[in-house]
Amino acid sequence: MSELALPKIDNSILNRKSEIVKNLSKLTDKENVLSEADELRPYETDALSVYTQTPLAVVLPENTDEVSEILKYCYSENIKVVPRGAGTGLSGGALPLQDAILLGLGKFNKILEIDYKNKCVVTQPGVTNLGITHAVQHKGFYYAPDPSSQLACSIGGNVAENSGGVHSLKYGTTTNNILGVQMVMMDGTICRFGGKSFDQEGYDLMGLICGSEGLLGVVTEVTVKILKTPDVVRAALIGFPSIKEGGDAASEIISSGIVPAGMEIMDKALIEATDNFSKAGYPRDAELLLIVELDGTESEVNELIRKVEAICKKNNCSSLKLSNSEKERLSFWAGRKAAFPACGAMAPDYYCMDGSIPRGKLAEALLEIKKLSEKYELPVANCFHAGDGNLHPLIMFDGNDKEQLRKTEEFGSEILKTCVRLGGVITGEHGVGIEKRELMCEMFNDNDIQQQLSIKKSLDEKNLLNPGKVYPILRKCAEEGRVHVHKNKDKFPDLPRF
Amino acid sequence: MSTKIKINSQIFQDSNNVYYPKDEVEVSDLIRELYKQDSPTEIIGNNSKSFIGNKTQSANTTSLSKISGIIDYRPEELYIKVKACTPINEIEKVLSENSQELAFEPIDFGYIKDGKSNKGTIAGYLSCNYAGSRRFKVGSVRDHVLGFKGVNGKGDIIKSGGTVVKNVTGYDLSKLIAGSFGTLVALTEITLKVLPKKDSSKTVIIYPNNFEQIYDLFNKLSSSSSEISGAVFIPEHSNDKEFSAKKNNVFKFNDLESKVSFVAFRVEGDKISIEEKINNLKKELELNNSDISILDVYQSEPFWEKINNLEVFEKTEHNLIRMVIPPGNGSKLCKYLENNHNYFIDWCGSLFWIEVNSKKEEKIKDLKKMANDFGGYLTVIKTSSEYDYGEPIFTVDKVRLMISEKVKQSFDPKRILNPGKMYRGV
Repeated sequence: MSELALPKIDNSILNRKSEIVKNLSKLTDKENVLSEADELRPYETDALSVYTQTPLAVVLPENTDEVSEILKYCYSENIKVVPRGAGTGLSGGALPLQDAILLGLGKFNKILEIDYKNKCVVTQPGVTNLGITHAVQHKGFYYAPDPSSQLACSIGGNVAENSGGVHSLKYGTTTNNILGVQMVMMDGTICRFGGKSFDQEGYDLMGLICGSEGLLGVVTEVTVKILKTPDVVRAALIGFPSIKEGGDAASEIISSGIVPAGMEIMDKALIEATDNFSKAGYPRDAELLLIVELDGTESEVNELIRKVEAICKKNNCSSLKLSNSEKERLSFWAGRKAAFPACGAMAPDYYCMDGSIPRGKLAEALLEIKKLSEKYELPVANCFHAGDGNLHPLIMFDGNDKEQLRKTEEFGSEILKTCVRLGGVITGEHGVGIEKRELMCEMFNDNDIQQQLSIKKSLDEKNLLNPGKVYPILRKCAEEGRVHVHKNKDKFPDLPRF
Repeated sequence: MSTKIKINSQIFQDSNNVYYPKDEVEVSDLIRELYKQDSPTEIIGNNSKSFIGNKTQSANTTSLSKISGIIDYRPEELYIKVKACTPINEIEKVLSENSQELAFEPIDFGYIKDGKSNKGTIAGYLSCNYAGSRRFKVGSVRDHVLGFKGVNGKGDIIKSGGTVVKNVTGYDLSKLIAGSFGTLVALTEITLKVLPKKDSSKTVIIYPNNFEQIYDLFNKLSSSSSEISGAVFIPEHSNDKEFSAKKNNVFKFNDLESKVSFVAFRVEGDKISIEEKINNLKKELELNNSDISILDVYQSEPFWEKINNLEVFEKTEHNLIRMVIPPGNGSKLCKYLENNHNYFIDWCGSLFWIEVNSKKEEKIKDLKKMANDFGGYLTVIKTSSEYDYGEPIFTVDKVRLMISEKVKQSFDPKRILNPGKMYRGV
């Protein structure tokens, strides 16, 4: 991708590398401090792998006190710190900096307490999202947010990005499903927001931390709510002969008062790609595939399915299949969950976009993306969390071809332009990270950004924690009260302001 | 305390010198001027909940009540965008016309204030973040705010969020504004998530024999896959004749024996699934038909209104406490309260409304310690006329206070907006 602007490198820190490594080794087991080139390589990137950067050193502390001591040391020595969970983020939020230590929370991998009486789990941040559900499912409970990377992504990373998933329409995102966090601030102060009870009094600092992309503190413990697994879960697989009819059906389901547990849309390109890849048995003649999942008690689900069927038929669906067993339901999802690897198998590279739009604009957005795909002569496959209007177009390209790379970026820019024009936002769930930070000025005006920077400054006055992420670097709007586009340096130079 | 100032502008002032800006530009002009003059202001809406919190240390008063009206309601998109001081009643009315609602069930604090219904405005409601009985199922007010616009303590108009549910663009300031008691921004615009209204509801009443049974019921109810949307415990209060009579009067329903202690839980949905859920729960809770009574929809709806209006504490002249704890510690608290205070329990065992007699004010300290020990918190929602503020009405620890001061500083460096409303220095 384009050359990336990062915060100015502090050479004095680079020159002091061996001393810093030595001092860090006094604060945790010396085995937990990595500084050799081959040891650092696995940490050079997160899941936005087009950007790589070698960190000064990697530190893998084992407990909260160690995190506090490490941050305190870095604070006093003006050393930048980039926190990292499982490294599955798609927006480059955990991209290292040359003069920063990378603080990996991978050793925080234990569930500390399962409390069925209070319907919560207290866990360290390195535990995977799915690991929490696995720990409680034998008693019929689960943790609701389910990002597609849930097998690998950590709950600490989920808090940093406020991750959602296919069930977030009905059950909310991370912020709606956590009760408390323990966090260490950049100066080493250990703090606790919330606990096992609802809605802490005073400022909702937990709400502020959730989705702050590792800029305000390092989360060292999370208390999550667990829910009882519904009695009955059924899915419907519905094919439509046109994008418009399928999009309209999805909108009508929501406006009729149904809140599905999950509702996903895939376009023809993705139906074919995933069906080839995972043999999911999708209707290959359909232009658009809708997966609707409904949960509740038996009569509740039956009634909802009846309504969904009627709406889809009214909108001329070409096929409609209902899951009659758990195995069949999972097979309906198998293709959708393989969307990314399926695209990976079709082209050397793919670029995953993440915008949100009002639900009613789905059909319009899909048609627009189709036109753009023809204009740029690049294949695109689309999967959408239709319930909440979150789009994930996957642009397929060859990264070795400079011209294709340029076109991909322009295509991505036009997709986000479309989202903004339709009344949506530039990131639904992947976060801003480094990927979309220059677009923040398109979403927010100077006052809005200044307010956010001012919060950052109040909690991290030296700007040492994950600097260079989320807020614009190229554009000076944030600092100087104006928008300034650097030629060829901006990934999305022609988005409108609103 | 600062002195009252006269600002040079067209902003309307009434005979009590209360400012009434008519739009966000006037709010911005006013606050910018107050910022320049270092002169703080109290921020009020319709005054329905202004009795909650400390008295602010301000010379000026700004009412946002003229900033009212629905801007954009999209039933099919499940959101409504309103001007900040739109009355809750007005919002609920238009939502109801489309079979939608504010799922967090706004509490009507008018009854405890002066015995008259007054739900106030959405800005006031968001500033307190006190959700009603459905909270444990659907989340609090903060979980239903998609975005806002407002004016910070420097007079800058700022916004955060949007109209879509999935949005991780920048810090989630909507959460921070919820429960901030007007100390961070003067709100001018709010976008809320709305949800479909359930077709019908029924309420099942159980008459338990002891405290252990109450929490056993709460635990089984919250562990069931047959979801409930409300669960309260109303104790007998036999040692306070006056309160007992009031309680019996409030809960006078054909199918409810209100003179004894009872647990009530609500099931919502379509008629068939309500029956199915009640039957499932009867089995899971091992209930016989003779042990329970059922309120049909015509009794169920007013029953929950009375709960959410806090009608048993109507016009209370004592101190009213709101305590939230993890439900696992509820039965211990229950035992303590039984002989000491009038109370009832909501949120399936998590939320306690406790009336502390004005002559027993020192007991608030004990309750606060208990809230803390149990992993929760308490707020003195209404104070008696003799309350001396010896015990702060909010609970905060040192570290959170330090961070709160920093956050306040970032929005309102000169402490112009509602200073001291929550804590000293914030």
